[in-house]
Amino acid sequence: MTGYEPVIGLEIHVQLATATKMFCGCALSFGEPPNTRTCPTCLGLPGTLPLANERAIHFGLMIGLALESTLAPRSIFHRKNYFYPDLPKGYQISQYDEPLCAGGRLGDVRIHRVHLEEDAAKLVHAGSSGRIHGSDSSVVDFNRGGTPLAEIVTEPDVRSAAQAREWLTLLRTTLRSLGVSDVNMEEGSLRCDANISIRPIGTQGLGTKTELKNMNSFRFIERGINAEVARQIALVQAGEAVEQETLHFDPRTEAITSLRSKEQAHDYRYFPEPDLVPIAITDAMLAAARAAMPELPAAREERLAGLGITRADAHQLAMRTELGDYFEAALAAAAAPEPQALANWVCNELVARVQEQDPADSNVAPDALAKLVSLVAGKAVTIGNAKIALDHLVSDGGDPAAIIEAEGLGAMGGGDGALAPLVEAALAANADATEKIRAGNMKAIGAIIGHVMRETKGRADGSEVTRIVREKLGV
Amino acid sequence: MSVADLTALTAAAAVAAIERGELDAGELFGAYREAAAADDLNAYLWVAGEAPEPAAPGAPLAGVPLAVKDLFCTEGVPSQAGSKILEGYRPPYTASVVARLASAGAPLLGKTNQDEFAMGSSNENSAFGPVRNPWDRMRVPGGSSGGSAAAVAAGSAPWALGTDTGGSIRQPAALCGIVGMKPTYGTVSRYGMIAFASSLDQAGPLTRDVTDAALLLRHMVGRDERDSTSVDFPAARKRQLAAGKSVIDLPSRESLKGIRLGVPEELTAGAEGIEAGVLASFDATLKLAEGLGAIVETCRLPHAPHALSAYYVLAPAEASSNLARYDGVRYGLRVDDAGDLVQLYTGTRSQGFGAEVKRRIMLGTYSLSSGYYDAYYGRAQRVRTKIADDFRTVFASFDFVVTPTAPTVAFELGALTADPLAMYLNDYCTVPMSLAGIPAISIPSGLSEGLPVGFQLAGPAFSENAILDAAFALERAIGFDAAAGRTV
Repeated sequence: MTGYEPVIGLEIHVQLATATKMFCGCALSFGEPPNTRTCPTCLGLPGTLPLANERAIHFGLMIGLALESTLAPRSIFHRKNYFYPDLPKGYQISQYDEPLCAGGRLGDVRIHRVHLEEDAAKLVHAGSSGRIHGSDSSVVDFNRGGTPLAEIVTEPDVRSAAQAREWLTLLRTTLRSLGVSDVNMEEGSLRCDANISIRPIGTQGLGTKTELKNMNSFRFIERGINAEVARQIALVQAGEAVEQETLHFDPRTEAITSLRSKEQAHDYRYFPEPDLVPIAITDAMLAAARAAMPELPAAREERLAGLGITRADAHQLAMRTELGDYFEAALAAAAAPEPQALANWVCNELVARVQEQDPADSNVAPDALAKLVSLVAGKAVTIGNAKIALDHLVSDGGDPAAIIEAEGLGAMGGGDGALAPLVEAALAANADATEKIRAGNMKAIGAIIGHVMRETKGRADGSEVTRIVREKLGV
Repeated sequence: MSVADLTALTAAAAVAAIERGELDAGELFGAYREAAAADDLNAYLWVAGEAPEPAAPGAPLAGVPLAVKDLFCTEGVPSQAGSKILEGYRPPYTASVVARLASAGAPLLGKTNQDEFAMGSSNENSAFGPVRNPWDRMRVPGGSSGGSAAAVAAGSAPWALGTDTGGSIRQPAALCGIVGMKPTYGTVSRYGMIAFASSLDQAGPLTRDVTDAALLLRHMVGRDERDSTSVDFPAARKRQLAAGKSVIDLPSRESLKGIRLGVPEELTAGAEGIEAGVLASFDATLKLAEGLGAIVETCRLPHAPHALSAYYVLAPAEASSNLARYDGVRYGLRVDDAGDLVQLYTGTRSQGFGAEVKRRIMLGTYSLSSGYYDAYYGRAQRVRTKIADDFRTVFASFDFVVTPTAPTVAFELGALTADPLAMYLNDYCTVPMSLAGIPAISIPSGLSEGLPVGFQLAGPAFSENAILDAAFALERAIGFDAAAGRTV
């Protein structure tokens, strides 16, 4: 870039898709009226005590297994103390120096730790700014308070905003395949902070880092990191120092503002939570977590690549779980399509038509796509007409063979002799091109094929047309 | 029967009389309600307005009413922990132990005064005024469960619930001439107890005699699914299933033959500040114990002299966090004139908390702060471990450790309020057991200067039955006359 490289570590908060909250029996909230999913415990009423959610611990272990972490046989909860209206007890129950999972790796990024904690409630500020400073009043909705969170902290292994985005995609797909979270950034079930510093390329030290908080989409993460890296480089090039501080990125204006400086940093006064006993992981808990592990995206990519399909297609199918599932369903269909051909149709043609939608929810049954791909392979339909057939499938569903029959899209091969007169007519009508072909310029054959295609409305098999031309002209 | 006649019975005797049909539970409740309403010791912060539903037929406590320390949450009934910051607070739920006792047939008689958030040894830290000692109204009843102790001693309650963090059941029991027991940490659910120091707080009975303590404790103990730090007595379940028996037996022992009593030098003659009259009563009790067949020998608790220092790091540290929720946002006191969030916090907490609570919040906040944690909290935890080890070592050779409960008899109101450290020394002999999490009982051993003296008996974890048995034998031998404390 400019002689500097960014050094980036990520902290990801994942809301776990348990039935109930982290430390009480309240059901998780999905947009219910405010303060209807609460109880004395998650409101922090005097005398209440937390109870650790076993399912959240199970999910935490699954995440640890997926990230190749060391699972602690014994871990403890700590209290993280600070005052804020969204924190009803005046402390958050979290984990500190004895987390559930330590170390690990996902793709090209090492994992520092994974721990469990409870989410804060939601503050709604009246007034123009939407933030607490300058607001006329604030109200608290405790529905979200106490939702289980797994916090995943990486080592500072990320070197660009694009890599951060790519890696987060892998993480999100991995978490989704585990079924432990909805991993929806817009709804806040996946949230990301980035610790960012820069250093001269070729050096190994770590510069002063800043923390960029709570970016709520992959696009904002990429833009936020780029903006912060640019800010740091500009500072250093101007001979100034980067200050350690916590920053906020405004995606509308791309402005970065300081939330608090190092001097204003909280002293959280962590100490072991005396209301909870340590988490002791039993063999049965480990066995249950292992048994619940699905195939992970990275492993799926390897397996699909092993079928002989391109790395890019295997990656796309593995990273979009629903696409991979659709592909595998079609691959298993009776029509038995060839894997790479099927991958082309799924990753290019189908995706172009269904966009972000889960193809399983479209009108195109996996069996139908498999059959269409096989019909193309068997030269029963040209690629061009097969795409038209796919349009019909997307809008109405149905059987591809029936659509081809009904719409007259079937290929005209050489076998029935119907193509030969059409080729002769095309040669006659395109004397120029015919001469060039005779002279050995095979590029000119495009005009002949185009003529035949027009006459047959795309049903002609291009390679059969070529064969007949060669035969007639003796080239 | 007159109110005086009705309230003269111990709780166990009242249960038996009701079961024999000689006493009507409703009449008994009415007599106690009248006595509690007439209380002039400031022992009660709330008294039941009407008679409860009759106890279910066969309920083991038969409708004998119960006074409950203010900090136990009771649904719809003021539960203020003696603090202005919770003035008028009525919880939407009832503490597990109170609910358990109610279903066993002990209805709520009233809520008793206490030191604010259980921080104090004289009950002078209550936001609702001090409690007076029924033996001498110019003196304190001890604390923090001072209201519960005074009510039982005066006879306005048959028995009461208290909580003990560093001595808050045993010390007021000693100063009021009654029995008070702190059970093994974890044996009684803390769910619904407004927390002071979570790793130390434990509910227990304050009663007129050892039998009542056993009877009340029997219906308090047991694992509660809502408190993950709560435990069953080891093998309790098996035992209950096998014989249909309770976990806690009613005591019956008359001799102490072969019982080895360890007298820790560090908490008796070797300690400074234990009054001569208290030591004299303690020594006389040891003689009685020997007369019952006990073997009395000196033992060592080498780290016990550091217990108070460790306690005043650990308990305030936990308190500073436990009391963070009183912020004026959701319940309790809230200052009206707050201009912003910080003013809401500081205004509410400045006005809502008393001086001692503020002192401990500041102590605890300091000792948990970055850079000080290891020197204070970390070191205090290591001392705590050493103290627990000391007790384990002693219990390899002794059945019980015995000490005076408090270093002095009840002192005059205001005598120690200007000297927090002198006040803290009240817990010198009780704090080591709290840090070790082991059970201990205080029984009245006699009088010094006309005021009650307490004798403390502590045993290994889950030795409640043995402690109650030994205390029962001593109680009979001592023959303490509690009449001078009665006001009803």
